[in-house]
Amino acid sequence: MNESRQLIAIVVQNPESTAEFSRADWDLLIRQARRANILGMLYYFLNAKKIKQHIPEFAFRHFQAQANLDTNYRDAVKLECQRISDILASINLPLVVLKGAAYVVADLPASYGRLFSDIDILVPKSRIEEVEQILKLHGWLAGQIDVYDDKYYRQWMHEIPPLHHIKRGTSMDVHHAILPETARLKPDSATLFAAVVPVPGFDNTCVLAPEDMVLHSMTHLFHEGEFDHGIRDLIDLDGLLKYYAQRDARFWSSLMLRAKVLDLSVPLFYGLRYLKRLLDSPIPEDVMAEAAKHVGAGKKVMDILFDRALLPDHKSCDDWFTPIARWCLYVRSHYLRMPAYLLIPHLLRKAYMKRIEKKALSGDEK
Amino acid sequence: MKVADLSKSELTRRLKKQGLFILVGPFSIKILSSMSIVVDGIAALYSDYSLANDDYADYHIEINPPRSVRRWYRPQVDFYFDGYRPFKPLPQDQAFALFEWSFNWCIATSCHTYLILHAAVIEKNGRAVIMPAPPGSGKSTLTAGLVSKGWRLFSDELAMFPLGSDDVCALPRPVSLKNASIDIMRAYAPGSVLGPVAYDTSKGTVAHMKVPVESVKRALEPATPSWVIFPKYQAGHEATLTAMEPAQAFMHLAENAFNYQVLRQIAFEKLGGVIDQCQVYQFTYHNLDDALEIFDGLD
Repeated sequence: MNESRQLIAIVVQNPESTAEFSRADWDLLIRQARRANILGMLYYFLNAKKIKQHIPEFAFRHFQAQANLDTNYRDAVKLECQRISDILASINLPLVVLKGAAYVVADLPASYGRLFSDIDILVPKSRIEEVEQILKLHGWLAGQIDVYDDKYYRQWMHEIPPLHHIKRGTSMDVHHAILPETARLKPDSATLFAAVVPVPGFDNTCVLAPEDMVLHSMTHLFHEGEFDHGIRDLIDLDGLLKYYAQRDARFWSSLMLRAKVLDLSVPLFYGLRYLKRLLDSPIPEDVMAEAAKHVGAGKKVMDILFDRALLPDHKSCDDWFTPIARWCLYVRSHYLRMPAYLLIPHLLRKAYMKRIEKKALSGDEK
Repeated sequence: MKVADLSKSELTRRLKKQGLFILVGPFSIKILSSMSIVVDGIAALYSDYSLANDDYADYHIEINPPRSVRRWYRPQVDFYFDGYRPFKPLPQDQAFALFEWSFNWCIATSCHTYLILHAAVIEKNGRAVIMPAPPGSGKSTLTAGLVSKGWRLFSDELAMFPLGSDDVCALPRPVSLKNASIDIMRAYAPGSVLGPVAYDTSKGTVAHMKVPVESVKRALEPATPSWVIFPKYQAGHEATLTAMEPAQAFMHLAENAFNYQVLRQIAFEKLGGVIDQCQVYQFTYHNLDDALEIFDGLD
């Protein structure tokens, strides 16, 4: 039997070797993949490599089942993006799509079988009010949100409160940066905008430059406090890196350079390190060594935490330290997001409001 | 080897320790539970099911008390889907019903290689009747009645249409009887076996009825969907079959599907195919024997 923590890495790097899988390996792979919400993504690895005939039917159907959800999903995402882009065109702004929806419109391999709940877009901060107004006219409204949370979003965050379409129920996050205003790292949004790439087949629609797309995904992952999507995001990155590295021999060096320009060398290092450690991604050794220069001591400590937190939240991946590791990274994410003099009052206020809400609720019950 | 071949102590031990692996229709499941009500329910209703190898299960289902004081004080029970707890706990006497509901939930939320409709399915001579109906329409009672008189049970809740085939598949599981229908079935089919009774559930009083052994044995034989019949129990009403507009039936079925929304176009085409294969009726009845006569006369 394979080491239980390696099953997903085997499928991603070397799907042919699943021919050697025992029934127990399939059992565990499906359970881990279900928890990490990547059954549909793994379907494309298992199907694309023409190894389907080796895979027992009892197991394959679980991957197929989730992939079936994806069939029209991609068309729906593309249609929604086209609608948003038409709206933004009316105020002379290109649509810049981020993350999952960007992978779909750009038809990147990382988009297949990947379900996500909202469309993320990037607009210049100076135009954000205008964008909000025009989107509102077309049925995109913020949900119920209290005054404090609204102010918190607008003052400190890199996005406005999430929008929902009143008829279609789709959700959208409108960002003006890829990290909160208060974060320690300061990637400049103007630099990102200057490099966006138009998407063939769409009007007025762009995605981030390849390097920026990779860096954004890494930044997002390593600033998060919760890692429900940890392994999924690593699989995205593995796919993006393979795809771009194959097309452009200088991709690795331009990625390193771009990370320096955008102040994102640290997330780049972590991204590469855990791609290597957890998914065994093919990262050139000199790239790895170069990236490591930007991070000082403490790598071993981070390994202890990330090696656990990024794995699927399934008991076969956990040890006694996993819950503590997840908690430490949760605390770290807050520390990275804002300085203590802002964070502590915010958390106190949140805790206090929660108590009041609870009281109000129990009062209702009586 | 079947569940019935295990001694009660061995069954209890497996359910408590390494899990009981059984085959149910096209699925293998692992059940883990240290609760006597679950052991009793499995022993009574699943005795004819085959044991499965313990190295693979499609679904890992655990039914156990919460790890808190609610284990003893006003005792509750939880469903864990492979370690994850999707629902709030229920009162402990509903443990066996919770197992059945949980198993339904596992299938309805993940088996998207099938179009899954909320309907009962029964079969005779290779042809299946699909019976969709809202709760309270007497669907389960009618199903239980017909199954006790020679129809083969496919399912009383989940009609499974494999995508890429024109068949309907069987998933024979205990029939869920509610409130008055429990006593009706005790009287109508005195030989039938009922499992643990759960009182005051969200559906009222619930008990599950054992599936005839023939239905369990032939679980892997599919059938051709031939009739869609919307049953309705109406006191004092003579049993009558009325033809129905296929388009109207389509809409009702789509509304009562578990995964129509998420399968989108695939589901639309599949459901259209099912409707095209079938004659579509509304059926109002009062008396089970009259219903049996009409169903036996379907052609």
